Amino acid sequence: MSIILSESDAKALLQKVLSYSKADECVVNLLGEQRGNLRYARNEVSTSGSTTNHNLSVQSAFGKRVGVASIDEFDEASIEKVVRRSEELARLAPENPEYVGVLGPQQYLKSNGFFDSTASITPATRADAVAKSLQLTRDAKLTAAGFLQDIRGFSAMMNSKGLFAYYPSTNVNYSLTVRTEDGTGSGYVARGYSDFSKLDTAAATRIAIAKSRGSAGARALEPGKYTVILEPTAAAVLLENVFYNMDARSADEGRSFLSKTGGKTKLGEKIVDERVNIYSDPTHPELPASPWSGDGRPQEKVSWIENGVVKNLAYSRFWAQKQGVKAVPNPNNVIMAGGNQSLEDMIKSTQRGILVTKLWYIRSVDPQTLLLTGLTRDGTFYIENGKIKHPVKNFRFNESPIIMLNNLEALGKPERVVSTETETNYLIPPMKIREFTFTSLSDAV
Amino acid sequence: MGAGAFMLPTIPVSGRPVSPEELLTSGVDVAIKKRLADAALNAAKAKGASYTDVRIGRYLNQYVMTREDKVQNIVNTESYGVGVRVIADGCWGFAAVVDAKNEAQTARAAEEAVAIAKANAKLMKEPVQLAPQKGYGEVSWKAPIQKNAFEVPIQEKVDLLLGVNAAAMKNGANFVNSVLFMVNEQKYFASSDGSYIDQDVHRIWPVFNVTSIDPKSGKFETRQSLSAPMGMGYEYLQTNPKDRVTGITTRYGKGYDMLEDVIAAAQQTKQKLTAKSVEAGKYDLILDPSHLWLTIHESVGHPLELDRVLGYEANFAGTSFATLDKWKSKDFNYGSNQVTLFADKTQEGSLGAVGWDDEGVKTKQWDLVKDGTLVNYQAIRDQAAIIGEKESHGCCYADSWGSVQFQRMANVSLAPGKEQLSVEDMIKDVKKGIYIIGDGSFSIDQQRYNFQFGGQLFYEIKDGKIAGMLKDVAYQSNTQEFWNSCVKVCDERDYRLGGSFFDGKGQPMQVSAVSHGSSTARFNGVNVINTARKI
Repeated sequence: MSIILSESDAKALLQKVLSYSKADECVVNLLGEQRGNLRYARNEVSTSGSTTNHNLSVQSAFGKRVGVASIDEFDEASIEKVVRRSEELARLAPENPEYVGVLGPQQYLKSNGFFDSTASITPATRADAVAKSLQLTRDAKLTAAGFLQDIRGFSAMMNSKGLFAYYPSTNVNYSLTVRTEDGTGSGYVARGYSDFSKLDTAAATRIAIAKSRGSAGARALEPGKYTVILEPTAAAVLLENVFYNMDARSADEGRSFLSKTGGKTKLGEKIVDERVNIYSDPTHPELPASPWSGDGRPQEKVSWIENGVVKNLAYSRFWAQKQGVKAVPNPNNVIMAGGNQSLEDMIKSTQRGILVTKLWYIRSVDPQTLLLTGLTRDGTFYIENGKIKHPVKNFRFNESPIIMLNNLEALGKPERVVSTETETNYLIPPMKIREFTFTSLSDAV
Repeated sequence: MGAGAFMLPTIPVSGRPVSPEELLTSGVDVAIKKRLADAALNAAKAKGASYTDVRIGRYLNQYVMTREDKVQNIVNTESYGVGVRVIADGCWGFAAVVDAKNEAQTARAAEEAVAIAKANAKLMKEPVQLAPQKGYGEVSWKAPIQKNAFEVPIQEKVDLLLGVNAAAMKNGANFVNSVLFMVNEQKYFASSDGSYIDQDVHRIWPVFNVTSIDPKSGKFETRQSLSAPMGMGYEYLQTNPKDRVTGITTRYGKGYDMLEDVIAAAQQTKQKLTAKSVEAGKYDLILDPSHLWLTIHESVGHPLELDRVLGYEANFAGTSFATLDKWKSKDFNYGSNQVTLFADKTQEGSLGAVGWDDEGVKTKQWDLVKDGTLVNYQAIRDQAAIIGEKESHGCCYADSWGSVQFQRMANVSLAPGKEQLSVEDMIKDVKKGIYIIGDGSFSIDQQRYNFQFGGQLFYEIKDGKIAGMLKDVAYQSNTQEFWNSCVKVCDERDYRLGGSFFDGKGQPMQVSAVSHGSSTARFNGVNVINTARKI
């Protein structure tokens, strides 16, 4: 059997599994995926490999008693066994007071996230893509370390109330660090696509080469508050701490940056500059995502922050039921809208500031204010009178993305980026921020 | 990347869910594993591999998660599969297959690994060179645990955690989450050098997080457990008086009293709400082992990984300030003469302890920094020759059958002080200082110079006495300056382990469990910042 099942094959298999169910409610989740990667460093390949995985998981419920079991083999006997096993476990389980039952049939938006160009990648394709990059860095007498990883797979679910969902997807992430031979300069680039044919490793490599050369000979600036221009790769790792903390329950319970006294939340309040618009949309052609959440809820276009105002929080079905509100799930993608300015335009309009191309090792310092710490990395530059003057040594910052988005000066055109912390892909614009807080200098290159 | 403190809502769970009873079954018989391995070894050789190793892994996890008076989830997972690594045409190749039960599957994985190696060989400048390694034949190793945590009934674990939660609520907490993580790695390794190694590794980590909210201001404070993840069985949860270190708050060695700790935590989160916000400036820091492990991990463990020094991690975790020229000079002052840091893969009860590493090398202990001077790194078979070593240090690890093994951090620990010194005596000499207990926020640059650490509990020290609790504390320093500011280390009576299950490194990222031991240590004149903000 193929690892990646077609919609009709997945449906037939799931129906067969459900036909064995004797529980009050039953949900079956099915996934299959193949991952391949090529890793290199010191201008030559280091490790690389491939992994194949598939799994079928059955959740049975008797009242509020729930049991889960799963298998990797899909023959009739194994299927019946896994259904019986989940039912036995359910009967033994304590009642889960937060179990809210399974959903009925749902309508899902159409989203195309599967591309044959990515699904047909072979070890030779990966080696060719990387060879194009290595040629450039070797010729330039620079040292490259990079990583190319592709995933093809599908997920599907069906339940005893007639819900069926299926989504095939592909993704390729490529990242590259180019360092000067003397170790005084370092540049980075990352690209993420659903469609491998969009990946141009040579073009990406030229960006990292330029940053590597441009960052050599950095000068020290005093730490303090500066106007910064954050490239989308740098902004993403700060903003994802906002995206991950939109949970309604934490806010309602008083332990979130969105909490207020007396059990109230900031839902409906303006918390950042009115030009900030953050939303999710599984059908976005530049960032396609699954149109259903893991528990079968439809993913719709949802506005999270609109004109600076908190418009939605994410709910579990239990918490939404308890609060009597719509159960908006955590999103499968996040997009921040921007303007039309290019990065170059933003630099031109800056009298004195710092261009930050990448941030690194971002950690929460205070969840109440979303204060984060981390450092600049792989290309940080001083801007004076609209021009990049010289590279600067890396800084440590202590800054909250909420304070930062209140100090917004300008937004550029969004582009697809890969988080250097989580590898998640987003659409994020470059942004100019005033009074960004750098607290110390780092000698790291 | 770093070790990390866990985030309770985002526990990484891998593998397929199974029943608790399945966690006690023995898995694939060792004779069958040998047949599966031999099939892969032979297939790879037939396709032209010059070296092959096969790892057959069964990874069992049990997580019991609760909040307040509810069981949130009980997760039992099993992940079983086979990974084959080869050298062909001088290049590494790796392929893995889930649930491999017959020789045809492992042989096919071996052939795919060879195909990948050959496809990539054109990208190599120099062929891979392995340090020689003798085969050990058929051998085995078992973690010396007293009580297999998987044999303890789920109900007993649920009762423990719900009891802990009830105690937190009774003592004034607004919220409490508690979790028991249990891991059993059943690892079989075979190589074309002639080793067939069967190992059984156990780990346990009881953790909680207590939250208190001030209804007037809406401020909230948390305190995490002062437990350590350990390479132990359920006996870790049965404390002896000698495992407890009493003082301003109780800390724990090889036995952890979760109930006692949560009562203290609930009271301390209340105190934190009204504690004095720290005044930024220079302080002498007294760092408890429950805190210092993470600073050791980030500022010593990672920069002394040879793969980072050489540039193999440049695209992700980064490189290292501790370059080969500094090591070759034989006089690089990593720290003061009080500082001896050693690596080991053998310490009983530690997370890193195994008999052989994941490329069949027998484990050992070795010095990294001796009396302040940098003397060695952590290296595996394909790196040993670069630093003039004749053999690997035995610190190669993969987090799954589906991940390729590579150099991972051994347990890296600070040797206790040679002269008798208690924590109380250490504090007596401090004029203006902060005593820090428990790990908190952590961040360090990609070459491991500049770091910032928080903590769980901060106590102001004035004129040799503890003057009260502080909050909003983080310290920033530079690795070499920091370790050179170490003026005293308490003696071995205070030596305890800390650690993490989730040290991240590599692409694709793999986690590794690692311990770091130390006694309480004093660092003079460290820069402390105030982290309070308003949004």
